[in-house]
Amino acid sequence: MLPIAESIERQFPGAVLESAEAFGEQTVVVAREAIVPVCRWLRDEPSLVFAQLSDLTAVDWPERPERFDVVYQLNSLRDHRRLRLKARVPLSDCEIESVTSVWQSANFLEREVFDLMGIRFRHHPDLRRILMPEDYAEGHPLRKDFPVVGKGWRNTFEFWPAIGPGSEVAVPVDASALGLPARPAPSAKNGTSA
Amino acid sequence: MATPHETFGYILHDVHEPARPVGGPAPAPAAEAREREPLFKSEDLLLNLGPQHPATHGVLRVVLELEGEKIIRAIPYPGYLHRGVEKLAEDATYTQFITHTDRLDYVCAMSNNHAYVRTVEKLMSITVPERAEYIRTIVAEMQRIVGHLFWLGTQALDIGAMTIFFWTFRERDVLLNLFEALCGARLTVSYFRVGGVDVQGDLTPEMIRTLRAFLTEFPAKLEEYEGLLAENRIWLARTKGIALISAEDAISFGLTGPPLRGSGVNYDIRKAEPYSVYDRVEWEVPVGRHGDTYDRYWVRMQEMRQSARIISQCLDQLPGGPILAEIPGVTYPPRDKVMTDMESMIHHFKVACYGFDTPPGEVYCATETPKGELGFYIVSDGRNKPYRLRVRAPSFINLGAFDHMARGSMIADAITIFGTYDLVMGECDR
Repeated sequence: MLPIAESIERQFPGAVLESAEAFGEQTVVVAREAIVPVCRWLRDEPSLVFAQLSDLTAVDWPERPERFDVVYQLNSLRDHRRLRLKARVPLSDCEIESVTSVWQSANFLEREVFDLMGIRFRHHPDLRRILMPEDYAEGHPLRKDFPVVGKGWRNTFEFWPAIGPGSEVAVPVDASALGLPARPAPSAKNGTSA
Repeated sequence: MATPHETFGYILHDVHEPARPVGGPAPAPAAEAREREPLFKSEDLLLNLGPQHPATHGVLRVVLELEGEKIIRAIPYPGYLHRGVEKLAEDATYTQFITHTDRLDYVCAMSNNHAYVRTVEKLMSITVPERAEYIRTIVAEMQRIVGHLFWLGTQALDIGAMTIFFWTFRERDVLLNLFEALCGARLTVSYFRVGGVDVQGDLTPEMIRTLRAFLTEFPAKLEEYEGLLAENRIWLARTKGIALISAEDAISFGLTGPPLRGSGVNYDIRKAEPYSVYDRVEWEVPVGRHGDTYDRYWVRMQEMRQSARIISQCLDQLPGGPILAEIPGVTYPPRDKVMTDMESMIHHFKVACYGFDTPPGEVYCATETPKGELGFYIVSDGRNKPYRLRVRAPSFINLGAFDHMARGSMIADAITIFGTYDLVMGECDR
């Protein structure tokens, strides 16, 4: 266990789940319930002073029981030292406590994670979508089950060559499930069968 | 007995005045009621600014809550330039994504290239040749000068000074011409490669002469700008004490770059975690004191001087040698061999189409760009495409402090408060 993880564990018994060092970077995985006290302690502890939350993001692992990693990149401006914290969030209870009370930069960053990954932050002052339109109703784009190639609308236009089974790019969502007309058969002049 | 008209009044005569109840008291005179209310009532006004507004530097929409001319709350609505770059990265090879980084902060594409390839090199544990590191430092500092000149011109234009805009763009053009000679593009350069820089874009003696000539006359140009601004009463009135933020708040809001240093925090990633050749040249970090727009302007002016200093030292020390590491399967084989040697051609084909696999793991790498800390966080599962790529965009995080800085200032200053961060919406919305 890393020294920093040991000192967190001393302060909050049972909070550290894992810790590792790779590429010269330290990562500590903490329990989801402990995230706010751990963050506040890391900020205020005189020997550490992680005064800045550089970044807050999330990673989606659909096969894992606890599907999301919420990733906090902390920066100590005084000691020129960085630390990565992680907390795991399952899909069934897709919530974590907000760290806006610790760092004000978390406000926009948590809104972005909520918008693009769909993780809710409890006690966030203003949890709304930030990059996508506020009335966007098609889910959270950075999740792995959100298709990169679109949702099948492309195949409803006749002037594009159709993509789908047999093509390198698969269409992950059935167009009829979206209430759209079925994919038209490729006509002779714009088909891809050549 | 009273008639119905006497009881209920004449409906068509006066709809608003109900009939007086029979035998009831007379109504109070209306004049008395009017006296109790103030003649003018004040109420909060919501003003929508943007997204199509010439001074929001792109497509940013802000809703201002006003009390008279004073801003009591400012709610930014970014996202009008959201292109899903982080999602696209999951479907692009590591080399293909370099072109996407150009389009983040499109004013300073070289710096974005630099930040991105450094992250991939950290993941791949690649060492870059000496000469390439020097060239990277030189073009990154040229780009810093370009970015700060752009900021100075547009900020002065927002405040109403027209001349300086033309002057800064005149100098900016010299550097953009050099970029064009180096890689064929002026804005979306895609000059950096994993393992070095574009193998056809070496610095020639002629370019070095042009750059040196630029560096000798650049300090005098900076003094010209200062002659227009430093004692200009309008400039001082519109920048001193405007968009204030304390050092504690700047740190807590995650501000980086000139907005952080303008508040008196001596933090520059080039000094804190030196990369490229920043630890081999002499330079200083300018730090402001008051945390207002004027101090950020001063910091940026000094940074341009320091950048010029870094470039001229790099030109003095510039070693010979290759500008792209030779790593089979990762970097392109030499150009002349591709056309003559079968193996090299196969390698070239594979690198161009498939890219390269990376070791599984995750890295975060921060770079000091003109806007602040541009960080890339890459999670790799061992394939040739990132599993997850996150862009820590300084413009987006700096915008988070907008509400805090705009509260209490006048509506006319809202525009200069956008400007003070050097916002670029391509990077903010990604």
